[in-house]
Amino acid sequence: MSKFKKKVQTKQEIPTSSMPDVVFMLLFFFMVTTKMRETSINVEQRMPQATQLKKLAKKSLVAYLYIGAPKKAEQFGVEPKIQANDAFIETKGIIQWVNFEKSKQNEFDRDAITVSLKVDNLAKRGLIADVETELRRANARRILYSANQRIEKN
Amino acid sequence: MPRSTPEIPNASMADIAFLLLTFFLMTTTVSSDKGLMILLPPPPEALPPDDVEIQERNLFKIQINSSDKLLVEGEPWVATPRLLTDKIKVFILNNGQDATSSDNPQKAIVSLKADRGTTHKMFVEILDAVQAAYHEIYAERAGVSVKDWREISSDPGNSQHPEWKEIYDKGRGVRPDGSVEIPQALSIAEPSKVGG
Repeated sequence: MSKFKKKVQTKQEIPTSSMPDVVFMLLFFFMVTTKMRETSINVEQRMPQATQLKKLAKKSLVAYLYIGAPKKAEQFGVEPKIQANDAFIETKGIIQWVNFEKSKQNEFDRDAITVSLKVDNLAKRGLIADVETELRRANARRILYSANQRIEKN
Repeated sequence: MPRSTPEIPNASMADIAFLLLTFFLMTTTVSSDKGLMILLPPPPEALPPDDVEIQERNLFKIQINSSDKLLVEGEPWVATPRLLTDKIKVFILNNGQDATSSDNPQKAIVSLKADRGTTHKMFVEILDAVQAAYHEIYAERAGVSVKDWREISSDPGNSQHPEWKEIYDKGRGVRPDGSVEIPQALSIAEPSKVGG
């Protein structure tokens, strides 16, 4: 009868010796792709939703403006402000800021710069229109209203 | 007696790696550079004085007041943005059929005027509806999906996809002389100063 006796001799363990390798691989992936945020954003950022989103073709040719109510209301008030590179700027300072951002780029690319406006939902149109007028004067006319993808319900 | 081989204990290596991995996972921000792209007009000082008369029928007026209420062609609008998109498409592609709507797509202009008190959320929603109308028209003419069209039109001169330029021109209807059959004529007016 020993002919039909089942042999149970297979190992029941998952080999874990390669786990560090797998984890290291993931780790390197994230280390390489991570880009630390250079600026801490001091304004509220609740992005509006839209469906017709476009991606920026050249990510290096982008300058960011953050617009929204300051997070520290007791210090800066509740009126929406413009933040560029860690500091609040006034609408008057936008031309100077654009020129500074352009100077970072190659001479060839300077006029192809895109300004990404990261505007809070509750910011008012008046302020943004003022910003746009200044951007037109600074000849940075390609702009992007940053938005999140709206999930369409059918 | 065999000599014990010197070994570094590597059982905890996975734990250390996991810790680092978790750190990078949490600090990584996936940059979402997505949004509605528009091209602003030249500075107000450089624009020629506007003595061009635009016929009423060729202008599709959308107004938003300071309490985010819509006025479309002079009538209050309560329906969804989706229906607004459809209405704009009909307006653009009217080609003189309806005497109160546009003469042809080349002359048709969508005018979007907000108030200084309009929220950005509402503005983006309506801008989205207008762009949807144009994108759907273009995509249909070019024979691609709207999603593909958006990708193509955001970078028509892509060197990896030389065929994109052709699709892009086909969608907008570029004539041999360089003019465009259906230009994306979206006029964003200076916002009004008083809420209403």
